[in-house]
Amino acid sequence: MEPIKTREEKELRDNSFRAVCRRLFRENKPAAFSAILICLMILAAILAPVITPYSYEEIIDPLNRLAAPSLQHPLGTDEIGRDVLTRLLYGARISLLVGIVPTLISMAAGAALGILAGYMGGKVDTVIMRLADVMLAFPSMLLAMVIMYTLGDGIINIFLALALVNWASVARIVRAETLKLRETEYVEAARSIGVGSLKIMCRHILPNCLPSLIVLFTLNIPSAILSESSLSFLGLGIQKPMASWGLMVNTGRQYLYTNPWLSLAPSLAIMVVVLAFNFLGDGLRDILDPHLKKQ
Amino acid sequence: MARNICKRILQTVLILFAVALLIFIMLRIIPGNAIVTMMGEHANPEAIERMTAELGLDKPFYVQFWKYISGVFSGDLGTSYSLNRPVSELIATAFPNTLRLAVCAALVAWLLGIVCGIIAAVKKNSILDHSFMGLSLLGVSVPVFMVAMVLQYLLAYKWKLFPISSGSAGWIGYVLPAIALGWNSAGSIARLTRSTLLEVMQEDYIDTARAKGLRQVAVIVFHGLRNAVLPVITMMAVQLSSLLSGAVICETIFSVNGIGRLAVQAIEGRDIPLLQGTILFSTALVILGNLVADCLYSVLDPRIRKEV
Amino acid sequence: MEKATLQVKNLSTSFFTERGEIKAVNDVSFTVPRRSIVGIVGESGCGKSMTARSIMGLVKYPGRIVAGSIDLEGKELTALSPRDMSVVRGEEISMIFQEPMTSLNPVMKVGHQVREAVLLHRKVSRKEAKNKVLRIFEEVGISEPEKRYNSYPHELSGGLRQRVMIAMAMVCRPKLLIADEPTTALDVTVEAQILELMKKLRDEVDTSIILISHNLGVIAEVCDYVHVMYAGRIVESGETFELFDNPRHPYTKGLMSAVNSLALRQPSLETIPGTVPNLLDVKEGCSFAPRCRHCNQRCITETPALSELSAGHNVRCHLVREV
Repeated sequence: MEPIKTREEKELRDNSFRAVCRRLFRENKPAAFSAILICLMILAAILAPVITPYSYEEIIDPLNRLAAPSLQHPLGTDEIGRDVLTRLLYGARISLLVGIVPTLISMAAGAALGILAGYMGGKVDTVIMRLADVMLAFPSMLLAMVIMYTLGDGIINIFLALALVNWASVARIVRAETLKLRETEYVEAARSIGVGSLKIMCRHILPNCLPSLIVLFTLNIPSAILSESSLSFLGLGIQKPMASWGLMVNTGRQYLYTNPWLSLAPSLAIMVVVLAFNFLGDGLRDILDPHLKKQ
Repeated sequence: MARNICKRILQTVLILFAVALLIFIMLRIIPGNAIVTMMGEHANPEAIERMTAELGLDKPFYVQFWKYISGVFSGDLGTSYSLNRPVSELIATAFPNTLRLAVCAALVAWLLGIVCGIIAAVKKNSILDHSFMGLSLLGVSVPVFMVAMVLQYLLAYKWKLFPISSGSAGWIGYVLPAIALGWNSAGSIARLTRSTLLEVMQEDYIDTARAKGLRQVAVIVFHGLRNAVLPVITMMAVQLSSLLSGAVICETIFSVNGIGRLAVQAIEGRDIPLLQGTILFSTALVILGNLVADCLYSVLDPRIRKEV
Repeated sequence: MEKATLQVKNLSTSFFTERGEIKAVNDVSFTVPRRSIVGIVGESGCGKSMTARSIMGLVKYPGRIVAGSIDLEGKELTALSPRDMSVVRGEEISMIFQEPMTSLNPVMKVGHQVREAVLLHRKVSRKEAKNKVLRIFEEVGISEPEKRYNSYPHELSGGLRQRVMIAMAMVCRPKLLIADEPTTALDVTVEAQILELMKKLRDEVDTSIILISHNLGVIAEVCDYVHVMYAGRIVESGETFELFDNPRHPYTKGLMSAVNSLALRQPSLETIPGTVPNLLDVKEGCSFAPRCRHCNQRCITETPALSELSAGHNVRCHLVREV
């Protein structure tokens, strides 16, 4: 390795949280902005009961149903008189949760299986990869639909459904990384002094996959959010009385021609969140792992 | 190479088998529901029992599965509970519509995507580049239903340029759903084309081509694109799956009588044979598409030909 | 005396980056006589490849030629538009690169790639073009030309690939061939064959060659005339035998003794202390001064000019007559 000559070169190799943040804010303004936006949104979702002027179930004005946006109701009211903005904020909780939790699960499962398959090779590899192939053969929406049908309603089931749909592609990518890492010299060195397989996988392979995993995590959250909203849109995801943005779009659909903002507001919210995560993911990928672009 | 093709075909068949098994298992974990839904909750328990026996749902699992699989080979996918017609017939009627939609969407996506990607790469860092890439990002981020609904609202309802529902409108009815469906794919293709082309243009053989005296345009077309197209083809194959997923939504919004809509109907009606049939069919399509893409890839890339 | 094939006068090429101007080629002048092989030798980053690319008009953004003239048998290359330059490339000058592995398009048959060069510059049919290709394949020593024509790059060995590159460069009988480290990526035995091929081309085909290398052995083997480059400047030039027999510039001397100590298995390897200077910050004074044993005050403040020591032997050093 050549000696690191300039300060810039040093930064290029520093993957610590602080350094990454610094680079993000300096080089990729949209990504940095997105990061802030996401934090704000998560904060808003958590603090929804505090910051909304109306409470969740409060039917303000049964006579004021389907009102256009006004000062009192910045985004209008829905079909039974509830304030849309309030519903949007509460819906954020579900939608964001359903974006993050299943992705975490599928990341964990996919990474574990991918490293196992890549490192152990042989029969383990074949079995896991064939399983992944089968999962990947399904169009994701249809698979999610079937799983929801099988498991029934409920938010836990949605978590499981979305996680099951996504783990296979994660496993594939992680396996490819593991195959590369397995041939590195420090892994060989560890093996030669008798370090056990499990330890190698946890201590050497996993930490080196982490940058790619972080990028993948950020980039897979949008697809989970989009999947959930599509499912709820079809009536197969979140059910009443819980609200998610997808469900709001669905219920608003009936009034598309008279009160388009009922569907438009949650759709825009979804779009903004997804865009933000995509920007952030792209920015992180440029910093942490340019090779991921190929996949 | 023929040996390898046979191998791939065998693998494909095995995967299809596994897929069918998986669907079968998933849908039969809760056997009772289907009959109850079909007959209504207050139906006579004896009637339910009789129905169950008639449909063979009381037989052991492997018998049911075997019956199903042998049926598949002879083209019989069972009879729909809710619509009372053979599933294969329903699929045969619905598939052409989905095909039309998917083909239009794919054309939109791939042509638009590749062209925008090339322009963005050639005019790197220009306004054109940034706007195309911005649009692509938007394409990837906007939910399918949003695009569909916005298009429906603006172009069909308000400005009356296109029909709202595509059921019987002929080819023009497919324009809006095709755009809605293809928009997303176009975005990914554009981004991938741009980044691949940029990478390829840094390769040494591009220098050789220029040193020969080839002009820039010819270099890009004959040497750059020839190599850049390869990963894009892989992505196109992957997108088959997402096109079918998105079709479910588009067909619902635009009332296209395609397979996606059929699947949704099947779920709502708790119609197991129909659901099984549509999902098996869709998955088979995706797998087939991937097989075709792999063959195409090996034709275009002589390095793979040897390995394959 | 015959008119030289190439005359480069005061060529300067710089890269304009965010950090400043990098003077990759700094006031370089040399001549390539007809029917000769001229060598340019120096470490990585000394500007030899950039000089070649400048001559070819292949300098990539953010670099460009800032000054100087490049005269190819009467034609001023710096004055040509990109379009006209692309006509000259491949036909009057061609270039072969270091890595035959990656210098050929992996998805095209090699025969087609060479044929492309023919079709670009000659109005012939495809069939005729193919025949030309087969003929040049034979000339450069590619066995079974018909079979190789239909091969892909990954099916050929490194030596064969380089021969294909040479065929591609020579098929239109250019006046000048620039070979940038043509044998660096090849085995020693293959290297010998390629070098023989180059000598044959010089003798039989009447093409002048510029051979760029950091390998003194290769230079000594084939070149008639050598220029030594350091930090973007030519520091010594001379006929091969004269230069190797009697190197005068401290850098050249250092290079020679480093190689000699390796070859003669001396107890310790001779090295040149220090590292190559940063081309971003080109100050006045001799660029080799920081590493030179004999450096004095004048060397640091005044940039030495090329002075002629004897016929054809030029050295860029203030102390050339003393040391």
